Amino acid sequence: MAEDPYKVLGLKKDATEKQIKAAFHKVAKTSHPDLNPGDKKAEERFKAAANAHDILSDPGKRARFDRGEIDGGGQEAPPRGYYRQHAEAPAGNRYNANFSEDELSDLLSGMFRNGERPGSARHSKGRDSRYSLPVSFVQAARGGPQRLMLPEGGEIDVQIPPGTATGTVLRLRGKGGPGTPPGDALIEVEVGPHPFFTRDGQDIHLDLPVSVPEAVLGGRVTVPTITGSVTMSIPEGSDTGTKLRLRGKGIPGHGGRAAGDAFATLRVIIGPVDQALRDAMRDRPPFDPRREMLSTLDMEV
Amino acid sequence: MAEITIDTLSVTFQIDPGEVERWIAKDWLRPDGEPGHWHFTDIDVARLRLIHELRHDIGVEEGGLPVVLRLMDQLYESRRQLRRVREALNSVPDEARNPFLDFLRQSGMG
Repeated sequence: MAEDPYKVLGLKKDATEKQIKAAFHKVAKTSHPDLNPGDKKAEERFKAAANAHDILSDPGKRARFDRGEIDGGGQEAPPRGYYRQHAEAPAGNRYNANFSEDELSDLLSGMFRNGERPGSARHSKGRDSRYSLPVSFVQAARGGPQRLMLPEGGEIDVQIPPGTATGTVLRLRGKGGPGTPPGDALIEVEVGPHPFFTRDGQDIHLDLPVSVPEAVLGGRVTVPTITGSVTMSIPEGSDTGTKLRLRGKGIPGHGGRAAGDAFATLRVIIGPVDQALRDAMRDRPPFDPRREMLSTLDMEV
Repeated sequence: MAEITIDTLSVTFQIDPGEVERWIAKDWLRPDGEPGHWHFTDIDVARLRLIHELRHDIGVEEGGLPVVLRLMDQLYESRRQLRRVREALNSVPDEARNPFLDFLRQSGMG
């Protein structure tokens, strides 16, 4: 496509550098391939404009084109990877938009329900059985196999997805009351509390006790996460309340959702006090951490 | 393959490393690692390039970027889900798939 770059960008021969840039940006706004996935025409427009911009924004190339030494094809720009190629692949889950986990399956099962004919062979379907399944915080966060002992005897193995919350109902087709087809087992998950982990969506939070030397001098500390302990660096001079992120150490990624993060909020613990510590504290220059608090109050009074 | 860090990226794309750190802090970029030791995968690099183009070629102000990225992430998530539906449809026999395709064609979506 040896098109005239001036024509591609809708410019006159004497266009200024600024006009060239503006013309290219105008095309990029509407036709950037990453903002128009699946639109071949937009991609062609963008490539042509990028190529034209490449020639006209380089005074040397522009002069050679104007003298007729090169055509509008210029040197074809080397093929570049676009974001959408990654975003449309499973790797795109890294930047997922946190849609509801079950949105897709809800949508699809809704489709099937709507298509069901009334009066079809549903009469003989077995009854659904309801159970509740207590699961520990960590097991629910990690996900994995669980065994449900049935009150009427027997057991059911259930795979619970990572990050399952209290109230989640898992439906096991055909594991309910007898019939044709048999009913479903509806298993409501009850997640227990944890002594130091809490959960917020895909993220796990914990208060992390640190010693005074660790807080003052910084250093590497071992932090528990739901999948085992990891080492984390504490920056020098980290106060109580400092929140540090352990990327990807929250709820594991699954079903189109990226892994959550773990957040450790530091809590400085003094620990045993000895004479040396007392002496070191006495030598400190004065510091009143309540000063701002008190002055705010004074202004209001 | 060599490890991709902020330093290699700032040379390749002529971006201020501080700007990249800020994008990571705002969760627009999610490389592996921790502050000071980020490792970028292919998708992180492609996204960084896109954010750079959005800012500097397309003229999206920093304040408007989260809106653009959020909508874009939703678009791509929907497209990934549609791909899964397509894979599911491709996995069933023709006689099960055809009624779907007929319906889509009739409703003007095929």
